[in-house]
Amino acid sequence: MTLSTIWVHAEAMDGTVSSTTLELLTKARDLADTVACFYAGDDADDIAEQLGEYGCETVYQTGDLEGALVGVPVAAAIAEMVDAGDGPDAILLGTSYDARDVAARLSVKLDRTVITNVVDVEVDDDTLIGTEPIFGGTTEVKTRFTGDGPYLMLVRPKSFPAEPSGGPAADVEDLDVPELGASGGARVIERHVEESEGPKLDEAAVVVAGGRGLGEEEKFAMVEDLAKLLKGAAGASRAIVDAGWVPYALQVGQTGKVVKPDVYIAAGISGATQHLVGMKGSKHIIAINKDPEAPIFGIADLGIVGDVHKVMPKLIEALQGR
Amino acid sequence: MNVVVCVKQIPDPADPGALDPDTKTLKRDVKLILDESDSYGVEMALQLVDAAGEGEVILVSMAPNNERSGLSTALAMGAASATLISDETLSGSDALTTAKILAAAIAEREPKLVITGSESSDGYTGTVPDQIAAVLDLPSVTMAKSISVDGDQVKVERQTDAGHDDVECPMPCVVSVTAGVVEPRYPSFKGIMAAKSKPVDEKTVADLGFDADSVGWAAAGQEIVEIADAPQREAGEVIEDDGEAYNRIVAFLDELKVI
Ligand SMILES: Cc1cc2nc3c(=O)[nH]c(=O)nc-3n(C[C@H](O)[C@H](O)[C@H](O)COP(=O)(O)OP(=O)(O)OC[C@H]3O[C@@H](n4cnc5c(N)ncnc54)[C@H](O)[C@@H]3O)c2cc1C
Repeated sequence: MTLSTIWVHAEAMDGTVSSTTLELLTKARDLADTVACFYAGDDADDIAEQLGEYGCETVYQTGDLEGALVGVPVAAAIAEMVDAGDGPDAILLGTSYDARDVAARLSVKLDRTVITNVVDVEVDDDTLIGTEPIFGGTTEVKTRFTGDGPYLMLVRPKSFPAEPSGGPAADVEDLDVPELGASGGARVIERHVEESEGPKLDEAAVVVAGGRGLGEEEKFAMVEDLAKLLKGAAGASRAIVDAGWVPYALQVGQTGKVVKPDVYIAAGISGATQHLVGMKGSKHIIAINKDPEAPIFGIADLGIVGDVHKVMPKLIEALQGR
Repeated sequence: MNVVVCVKQIPDPADPGALDPDTKTLKRDVKLILDESDSYGVEMALQLVDAAGEGEVILVSMAPNNERSGLSTALAMGAASATLISDETLSGSDALTTAKILAAAIAEREPKLVITGSESSDGYTGTVPDQIAAVLDLPSVTMAKSISVDGDQVKVERQTDAGHDDVECPMPCVVSVTAGVVEPRYPSFKGIMAAKSKPVDEKTVADLGFDADSVGWAAAGQEIVEIADAPQREAGEVIEDDGEAYNRIVAFLDELKVI
C-alpha cells in the first residue's frame, strides 16, 4: 500500500540540499507514488537537479521572503493549496528550527496534529504510522494518524539513508504567498555565521565529543586537536554547552544534533540517555571515562577506563607521529 | 508591559516515570516540578519587566489535578500571578490542543509579549510556541538566545545552525527561549513566602469556551498503537588504562581504516 502524494520540506544552504531533505525524499519514494517538495526562497532552480535525482518531481517555491522567518509565509502558502484541493496526503519535514515553525503554523492553519521526533515511518492502509523515541530514547512508541490528512510529520535527521533514484530535474513552480498581516512581522536584520573548520558535525565520518570530564574549558582543545587529526568534527555534551565552554551548535543529543559517524569518540562523557539518543547510531563508539560504571561503556565498542588528561594527550601524540 | 510566560509542570526528568499502558498517557502520580526549560523564560520576562519599569509577569500553565508546585517556584522567582488550566478532559491532548487552550488563557490577559520555552523536557515536540502564535494570529520568533524591547518591537538573537540571526519583531508577539541562555534566579525565602498569597486563577476547559470533545484524546488526531523498549546496543571491550591504553585506540582506528 502506498499513499498517492507526499510533499517534503526542502532545505538548502548555498545551493546544496540538506542531507535530511535527501533522506526524507528517499523514504517518501517508498511511501507514495508521487513526491514533491516545497521550498522557502527564490532559487529553487539551483537545487531542482539535486531534488530530482532523489525522486522529487516538482518543487514549489515561495519566492523571495525578504528576510521574513519562514514559518508563517510557507505555512500560509501551503494551506492555500490544500484548501484549494491541491494538497498532498502527507507532509514530511526534517526537524530543524525553521521546519518546526513551518509544521507548527501549518498544523493550526489546517487544524491537523503534528507527529514529532519521528525516526521511522510506515504506511498503514491510507494513513501513516510514525515511530518516536521517548524518555530520552529508552522507549519507542508508534503513533498512527486518525482522521483526515494531510498528515504532518517532523522527522529526525539521519533516520533514513539517502539514496538517489536517478530522476530528472524537478519542475519548479511558484507558490502564492497570501497577504500575511501582522503575523508575518518578524524580520531577520542580520545573519551571523560562526565559521568552523573541517567537516560539519552531522556529516563528519569521525566525531570526537567532550563532556564535563574534561574538567575545564581550556581542555576542550584536546577534543578539537584529536578531531582535526582524524579529519573529523568536534562535538559536546549538553553539560559543557550549558556551562558556556562551547557553542550550542556542537551539542549532540536529544536537544542537539543527531550524528551517525563511522567512529564516535566520547571523552569524559557519562552517557546520559539524552546524549545517547543523539549518537548511539554511530557505527563504532570509543569511550574514555574514569568511572567504570559510566553508562557510556554500555554502548561502546571500545571502552577505556582512564583519565582523559592522561589518555588523550598520548593518543594525540601517537597520531601526530604518523 | 505585561509579559505572559507559559510554564509546564513536569515529572522530574531524573525520574521521568512511565507511560500508563491503559491510558497511554504519562503517569502523573509523581510530584511535578517546574520544567527547567521554562525557568529561562521566567527569568528573561522578569528582567524585561524590570527594564521596562512597569507591568508584570503572568504565568499560564496547563496541568493535571490543579497541580501548583511548579507554578509556586515561578511565582517565588517573582511572577505576579498565574492562570492554571486543569481539567480531566484534557488528558491525552496533543500539542495543537494544548496550544489552543494556552492561547485562550493567554488572550484573556492581553499581554504585549508571550514567552515560552523552545521545547518541554518531557514531550519535546517543539511546536507549541508557534502553534500558540498561529492560534492568536501573532508574529513569533523561536529559539531566542536573548530578547530586548525597543519601543513597540522586540529584538531577538535567534539561534541558527550556523550561528545566530538578529531578528526584529513587532509586539504583541510570541518568543520561544532556548535553554541555558540566562541564569534563572533562585527563589528567596521572601519570594517563597510571598508566592503563597499570589493569585492563581483556576480555569476549566468550559471556562475557556471549549467543548469536552474538542480536547483530549478525542481531538488528538493521533493514537498510540505500540509501546516498546528501544533496541539496545551491545557493550564491547572495556579495558583499564595502564598508561598504554591509547595504543589500543590507535590499533582500533587502524582496524577501521580511519588513520
Ligand atoms: C530534557 C533534557 C534534554 C537533554 N538533552 C541533552 C542533549 O541533547 N545532549 C546531552 O549531551 N545531554 C542532554 N541532557 C543532559 C544529560 O541528561 C546529561 O546531564 C549530560 O549529557 C551530561 O553531560 P556530561 O556527560 O558531559 O556530564 P556528566 O554527566 O557530569 O559526566 C561527566 C563524566 O566525566 C567523567 N569524568 C570526570 N573526570 C574525568 C576524567 N578526568 N577523565 C575521564 N573521565 C572523567 C565522569 O566519570 C562522568 O562520567 C538533557 C537533559 C534533559 C533533562
